[in-house]
Amino acid sequence: MSSQNLKKTDMIFGLCHTTDVEHLLPGGVCKTNEEKFVVLEEVIKKDPQDIIDDIIESGLKGRGGAGFPTGLKWKFASLSPEKEKYVICNADEGEPGTFKDRDILLKVPAKVFAGMTMCGYCINAKKGYLYLRGEYKFMLPELRKVLDSFHEVIKKIGYDFHIDILLGSGAYVCGEETALMESMEGHRGEARNKPPYPTVEGFRNKPTVINNVETFVNVTMIQKFGVAEFKKLGTQDSRGSKVFSVSGDTPKPGVYELELGMKLSDFVDEYGDGDTKAVQVGGASGFCVPRKKFNETIIGFEGIPTGGSMMLFNSSRSMYNVLTNYLEFFAEESCGQCTPCRVGCQQLIRGIRAVKCGQKSPDYLDALLKLTASMKLTAKCGLGQSVANSFSSIVSNFTEEMIY
Amino acid sequence: MKEMINLKIDDINVSVEAGTTILEAAKKANVRIPTLCYHPDLCIAGNCRICMVEVEGSLTLTAACAMPVSENMVIHTNSLKVRTARKHNIELLLSEHNSECTKCYKNGNCELQDLAAEYKITNETFIDLVPFHNYTIDHYSPAIIKDDSKCIRCQRCVRTCEELQSVSALGVAYKGEHMKISTFMEKSMFDVVCTNCGQCVNRCPVGALVEKNYIDQVWDAIYDPSKHVVLQTAPAVRIALGEDLGYDPGEIVTGKMVAAIKKLGIDSVLDTDFTADLTIMEEGTELLTRLKKALVDKDSSVALPMMTSCSPGWIKFIEHQFPQLLPNLSTCKSPQQMFGALAKTYYAQKRNIDPADIVSVSVMPCTAKKFEADRPEMRSSGYKDVDYVLTTRELAVMIKQAGIDFESLKEEKYDSIMGQSTGAAVIFGATGGVMEAALRTAYELVTGREVPFDGLNITPVRGMEGVKEASVKIEGTLPEWKFLEGAILNTAIAHGLVNAKKVMELVDSGKANYHFIEIMACPGGCLGGGGQPIPTNMEIRMKRNKAIYQEDAGMPIRKSHENPEIALIYKEFLEKPLGHTSHKLLHTTYIDRTK
Repeated sequence: MSSQNLKKTDMIFGLCHTTDVEHLLPGGVCKTNEEKFVVLEEVIKKDPQDIIDDIIESGLKGRGGAGFPTGLKWKFASLSPEKEKYVICNADEGEPGTFKDRDILLKVPAKVFAGMTMCGYCINAKKGYLYLRGEYKFMLPELRKVLDSFHEVIKKIGYDFHIDILLGSGAYVCGEETALMESMEGHRGEARNKPPYPTVEGFRNKPTVINNVETFVNVTMIQKFGVAEFKKLGTQDSRGSKVFSVSGDTPKPGVYELELGMKLSDFVDEYGDGDTKAVQVGGASGFCVPRKKFNETIIGFEGIPTGGSMMLFNSSRSMYNVLTNYLEFFAEESCGQCTPCRVGCQQLIRGIRAVKCGQKSPDYLDALLKLTASMKLTAKCGLGQSVANSFSSIVSNFTEEMIY
Repeated sequence: MKEMINLKIDDINVSVEAGTTILEAAKKANVRIPTLCYHPDLCIAGNCRICMVEVEGSLTLTAACAMPVSENMVIHTNSLKVRTARKHNIELLLSEHNSECTKCYKNGNCELQDLAAEYKITNETFIDLVPFHNYTIDHYSPAIIKDDSKCIRCQRCVRTCEELQSVSALGVAYKGEHMKISTFMEKSMFDVVCTNCGQCVNRCPVGALVEKNYIDQVWDAIYDPSKHVVLQTAPAVRIALGEDLGYDPGEIVTGKMVAAIKKLGIDSVLDTDFTADLTIMEEGTELLTRLKKALVDKDSSVALPMMTSCSPGWIKFIEHQFPQLLPNLSTCKSPQQMFGALAKTYYAQKRNIDPADIVSVSVMPCTAKKFEADRPEMRSSGYKDVDYVLTTRELAVMIKQAGIDFESLKEEKYDSIMGQSTGAAVIFGATGGVMEAALRTAYELVTGREVPFDGLNITPVRGMEGVKEASVKIEGTLPEWKFLEGAILNTAIAHGLVNAKKVMELVDSGKANYHFIEIMACPGGCLGGGGQPIPTNMEIRMKRNKAIYQEDAGMPIRKSHENPEIALIYKEFLEKPLGHTSHKLLHTTYIDRTK
């Protein structure tokens, strides 16, 4: 079954499906398709403000999931007169069901480094960091090799920017931007109070832009093809394409680049196994969409946004088990500092277990739903706030499975 | 002047300086927002999520303690959303908290209990999580008990230990549901770098960190007719005890306190002030001796600057963190331990009591004193010099238990002997006090004249600045101190171990030119001690500080060497400062704890 409406794109992985950085040089040639790719040198001749305006105009939103407008973020950081600023690439890809950054870093790392360098140029930062998920340590030798030649390239074009790679240690919460910075500074990975936001006080309390891996690649591609070309993809609210990690009950799990703003039903037509009962959009912290809502659900910022994770479940799956699994994950991966997240997650998991085994009446699910509403309102960071997403969407759409 | 921000809190217009938090602005508008992890002495954590308020235009609720105000903000502190969420968070905290309130030492003085009462949390909404965790109670330390089942993870203790004390004995371990406040390798508080200062105990909102109390042991001693119970009270107790008995901070309750203790059935109520004066005699002489050795004998082995040794939290700190500077410590015991050693020797002889029958109790603003009394060195009388150490809080509990109407008590005087005090001794309770007392005596000893400060008030060493410095030029010396003529004595005073560390780093690097340094482990000195009434914060410390100097100013004798009982004890018992008996009873040694 293949959907006619689903538009596959080739923005992120296309053009230069290689780790070779030579193509970033003037006259450089991409080995795979022989197309010239000289974007970085052109970019650093432009006015930084123009580049930022371009990105704002493109409508690019952060690809990590939260969807903050990338251009605005850069603008805020560029406004600071502070001399010391940082660019961080968040490659702590920890969301269950997400593995697209791994593919991007394996296949087109130079585009990521180029995007980071452009960001550094725009906000006047001389230093960038790639915060790499601890489990991706295996990539390190290859990434370092690419990075070395990348540094050669920017040296040749006479620009000063240095990127370091730091390894995470396996905590999910370190994907949260301020917890990530705490971790980089050698502290416990715990979210900070916001404000101040990272663009004002980030890494080492200096203005910092932190973006997802895919966001930086998008920036590179916008500079390469121009804003108009980028805006041809996607919808009003969700410009561009998105890399999806498809997993679960699907005949073709993997990483796919699709245009944003698609209907979930089209997606299921393409990747489902014919018996799809629900799709978890956006990983454990995302929303669960039941079959009856496939048709009305748009994947994008106007509908359900996602950091890329698409998990399909067929009718053989118990949604109770799925939810228990997510909650166990959250109870384990909460940093534990704030009350609603630390204690709330424990209550949710013990609560649905108590309902399932009859220790608590089914009404207790309502009490738990109210609790998740408070967690969403009061948790300190995105982790605790988003536990409510999967909990409320699974419990309200599959209530019978929770009770019986 | 700072830019002013206008905002609206619960329909009240407020104008505050830029940078003010919503919590502070609300206080200004007389709107009370409940808090738990917030403490005015500490950095903002924003982790309990109790102070949540609704800011119009924001999708989520906002932690009032952590959010700075902005122009035209409209805030609701009591909306349905706020109330529901706040109640949820209180219920969540209660579900992971061992809520056996009636069996808790902090029953009646617990911020979580207060919140539960305020929100009338009567039925258990959520599942009790305590049985699912394997909580332990650490009671190996003689000073502090740590009960993880009561901890609500507000991290006040962690911030206290790091920010105020730079000890970091307590830290956060694990994550998620297993997250807990722990020590290095989860060892007992007794086995780590903890200084027993008790600042964490003073700031713990619940009963997770409390002092090890000796109330029952002291009652037993009182009721035992074969025992003679002597009790000493530290300088800083008299200006803070009232807070636990219905008085405002800063009330001096010396006379009523003595009367109350007598009513408890204590045989002899004596004053640590007496040994504070004795400390000045011994320590002052020690300083002058060291200076003489260095200046006249050119003995390069003399350790200078000399540092005070009254604060047992400070002693354990230096033993752990700067053992190379231990020779710089004065060998004088703290006033508590001098008192203990004399109670079972000098006092016993004078009163003709078998020291074996004496139970020596002290009331201290301090938890580290409990540890100090347990040190093996502190048995120079042949017995345990101080048997039980009570905090100011424990004494207040005993007074309440005895049904004493504190306010209506007639003021009484300390018993004799070892009950005489001076203004110099009283100010031991404030930061800078030991220095001031020492200067009052040493200067006069060397020159025959009073210190050249108006009314004996050496103001440069007073106040709440973290590190203070003062220099005194010595002029017109008596013949035997000729070598000090024209010398400038440089002193430094630090309180709070974070400040002590700064000074020690300076000394260790050889950059300091001090001769004498006073260090107190607790912020504000003993008046802000870990055993003082809860709450303690800057505002309260300032009031207690004022009271201490008020007490000093009102004393008929304000110099240690003029204390008649001091003259008497040297005549009858000790002979002279640093003499043989002094050396045996009043001086001690230290341990390098890095080994």
